[in-house]
Parts: sequence; structure tokens; C-alpha cells
Amino acid sequence: MKSIEAIRADFPILQREINGLPLAYLDNAATSQKPLAVLQAMDDYYRLRNANVHRGVHTLSEEATTLYEGARGRIARFINAPSSKQVIFTRNATEAVNLVAYSWGLDTLKPGDEVLITQMEHHANIVPWQLITERTGATLRYVPLDPQGMLRLDLLNELLTERTRLFAFVAMSNVLGTINPVAELVARAHGVGALALVDGAQSVPHLPVDVQALNCDFLVFSGHKMCGPTGSGVLYGRRELLERMPPFMGGGDMIREVRLDGSRWNTLPWKFEAGTPAIAEVIGLGAAVDYLTGLGMEWAQQREHALVRYAMEQLERVEGLRILGPGPEQRGGAVAFTLGEIHPHDTAAILDAEGIAIRAGHHCAQPIHDFYGIAASARASFYFYNTFEEIDRLVMALDKVHSVLGI
Amino acid sequence: MDALYREAILDHYKYPRHKGHLDNPDVSYFDHNPFCGDEITLELKIEHGVVVEAAFDGRGCAISQASASMMTEEIIGKPLEELKGWTKDDILDLLGIEIGPVRLKCALLPLKALKAGVWGIDDSDA
Repeated sequence: MKSIEAIRADFPILQREINGLPLAYLDNAATSQKPLAVLQAMDDYYRLRNANVHRGVHTLSEEATTLYEGARGRIARFINAPSSKQVIFTRNATEAVNLVAYSWGLDTLKPGDEVLITQMEHHANIVPWQLITERTGATLRYVPLDPQGMLRLDLLNELLTERTRLFAFVAMSNVLGTINPVAELVARAHGVGALALVDGAQSVPHLPVDVQALNCDFLVFSGHKMCGPTGSGVLYGRRELLERMPPFMGGGDMIREVRLDGSRWNTLPWKFEAGTPAIAEVIGLGAAVDYLTGLGMEWAQQREHALVRYAMEQLERVEGLRILGPGPEQRGGAVAFTLGEIHPHDTAAILDAEGIAIRAGHHCAQPIHDFYGIAASARASFYFYNTFEEIDRLVMALDKVHSVLGI
Repeated sequence: MDALYREAILDHYKYPRHKGHLDNPDVSYFDHNPFCGDEITLELKIEHGVVVEAAFDGRGCAISQASASMMTEEIIGKPLEELKGWTKDDILDLLGIEIGPVRLKCALLPLKALKAGVWGIDDSDA
């Protein structure tokens, strides 16, 4: 196993200083940093093989296509998809949810149907369903939270009914850190004949995910949160569903035949990939998946678990600090907190002066903050390359917030 | 940081001037910054085109609240005609700090409320 120092050396940005101090990057739930292997894969594509995919017969186009489709295969294996045809590239998890909402949702949902989501969703898994249920006349329902930041699964019997067509839920909350029992929730959805969509934006980067073991119908995630570049995201779908669903966007590459009186669609996965895709980014995501596989996702999960357990112990000693969400056993590497009456933006600004990057705001999850009656929170979120020393620096800097603002 | 949280700003944050509500204000306007949750309600009493009383209520970060406190202090006694021409530079002069693009929204929220409340101007960049 590589040492943490050697792993950190793979990430050029972690060598940076901020305000004269070493960067402590604790905003990984927003986006992760990128290892050299990813930067080099993208650089190599642009320097040596840049061409459009699926089109030319010239050497560069063939090389680009091989790299692009090779990345699809590696990502399929990373999530144990039965076939790479079930891996559709999108810009990010948000676009993947929208693809399902506009393709499957518009085509399927009718008045009287219900879509069930939860109160701990990221806006990306709320707003598309609000838009689609409004247009189709279907009803949107929510699984509420309990004060510990866990889903009220005791209410699932009432909320999941034969009217439910889809249960869409987050595998790991980006605010509370809560890890939901995904396989169990998928089984509950299937039990009433509903489909299950899993928002894996926070789970796929941080723990082993096997779509066949989870038995989910859809899984969405973003490349940039798992060492890959922005602009790369994935929709995994069950094959017969994807085959039946109409295209989301029309254009080049997604067609088999275009005539003036109509067109026929390409086969999976290209039916859902209209236009020139983010070729370099997908190749970069392929390299990111290789990098993560090299480290091992079980190892990454254990490493983050140790970090978050230590962080919660230390943070609880800071005066006035209140952590949102469950204890370390039920959460991943995100810890959102409030600090007395101090606004999280002030907390984040003072931490920035100490070289520490955290997020402040509602983290695109306003309903969670409404539930706790707060406008915003501060959030430290970890990845395997973070260190215990960085957590010590975070805690010391939080003590300083009190002395600067004096309240 | 020391530049951002200079003494005057912390003083206005901890001891805000004109915080509260006016009786029968001529202008009362609520605005908020959805990005970070800063909120402000700005109230004014106006006589012969001059601001004679001003108050604000709200919650938010030190920058937004200090900006509201400083702005209310500054606009009392000033003709609306003059205030209409205020820009972000007037607020930054009051605060006396350099602010990055993200926190600028916090600093300018009170001015945004003033312009929307008095003239109905939607000028988010002031």
C-alpha cells in the first residue's frame, strides 16, 4: 500500500500554499482534486490524439474512439455494470437525473402516479422531479428526516404504495453524511412495483458500489467528485429500461438514420449521447477510475471513516459547535456544522486565511437546513488524501473564529 | 482575513446601528441572498425627498450586517436623488475593504434592497 505522503504527491494542487500556509483541502464533497494520472491522460489526448469520436476513419479518430470507449468499459467494471452499453456519459449527476426525468418521467408518469424522494436530497434530485411531476400531473412525495439526520423509514409503508412509480434517493447525504441502506430501499421500491434511482454522487467516489448487488434501476454520479474532471458524469441504467426510453436530446451521434420525415435512433449507449461528447473528460474519468481501483475502494472507505471519526471527536470539543447528522458509524466523510450564531460564511472566510478550504452555505440541500431551522451551515468534507494533521489545523482555526468575531 | 474583518466592520457587526423597525415607514423592503442565506429588511422614512430615518433588520454574515449598519448610518439626511446614483464603490468605500466576487453579494445586499425598495430597480450588481 502506498503511503499517504506518496498518495498526496500524486496530487499537484495539494502542494499549494494559501495565504502562506499549506493548503488543507476539506471541500471534497463539492469537488475532489485530480491526480497527475488524470491530468496526463487528458493532456495526452489533446497533444497526441485529438479528434472527434465515432466519425472519422483516420488514425487519430480511431485512437480517440478507442480511448473514449475504453473509459466506458473501465467505468462499467468499476460499478460492476453487466455491460458497458448501460453506462451513458452525461455532464454530471445532475444531467443524469434530468435525463431520466425527461425521458422516462415525461413518457411514463400520469396523474395519480407518485414519485417518492427524500428530504435529504441534493437539489439535483429534487428540482427535476418537481418540474416533471408538475408537467405530468403526478404527485411528488418526500420521506422526512428524523432529528438525528436519518430517514424516517418507519413511514415507508405509508409512502411507498402501488401508486409509486419511482423511488429516487441519495446513497450518501452531501450535508448530513448519512449513508442510507441502498439495497434495502431498492428492494422496498421493487416490492410495490416502483423503480429505484440512486443518487451516487457522494457514494461512488467514497465506497465500493456494485449496481448488481444493489439491484438499482438507475445510478447517477459525477466524475469530478472522484478524481476525474468536471463535465464528466454517468447514468447507469437497467438495459430493458434504457432500451424502451425515448431519447433525451436529439442531434448527431444519437441517430442511426435521419430522413426529412423522421429519424431512427442509435443503439445504447449512444442513443443518449447527442452531439460531440466531453471526450477528454471521459478519458480523464477513465484514468481516475484506474487510479481509485489501484488504491482500492475498500481502503478509501476505511481511510475516510478513520478521518471522519477523528474529526467528529475533535470538533465536538470546539465551543458552540453543533454537528448536523448521525454519528460516525452511519456516515461518510462529510461533516456539516454550525458554530453558535456565527454565520458560516464568516467561519469559512477566517478558515481560508489559515489555508483551510471548507464549504459554507446550504450545499444545494435547502430542505435539510429548513428542517433544522437554520439558513446555512459550514461543512468539512474529506477524501482519502486528507490527513489527521489537517483536522487538527481545522479545529485550531475554529477556535480562532471565536476570538476574531468575539461572539 | 485581518483586512476583511477590520475593526470597524466587527464593531458594526457586534453593535449594529439602526437595527430594528420604524413606525409607519414610507419604504419597507425585504431582500435576501439565496446563495448564503443573508436576509435584510430595510425601512425608510422620507420627507421632501430626503431620508430622515432608516432602520434595518436581518440576519447573515458579518459583512452583510455591517454593510447594512454602515449604510443606514450614512444615508440618513441624504436626498434620494443623491442615493440613486450610489454604486458598489460607495458601499466599498464605507466598508473600507477589498472584497472578492463571492462576498461582494453579501456587502451589496443592503444597497440592493435600497434600490429595489425606493425605485424598484433590480440591480443585483449595484
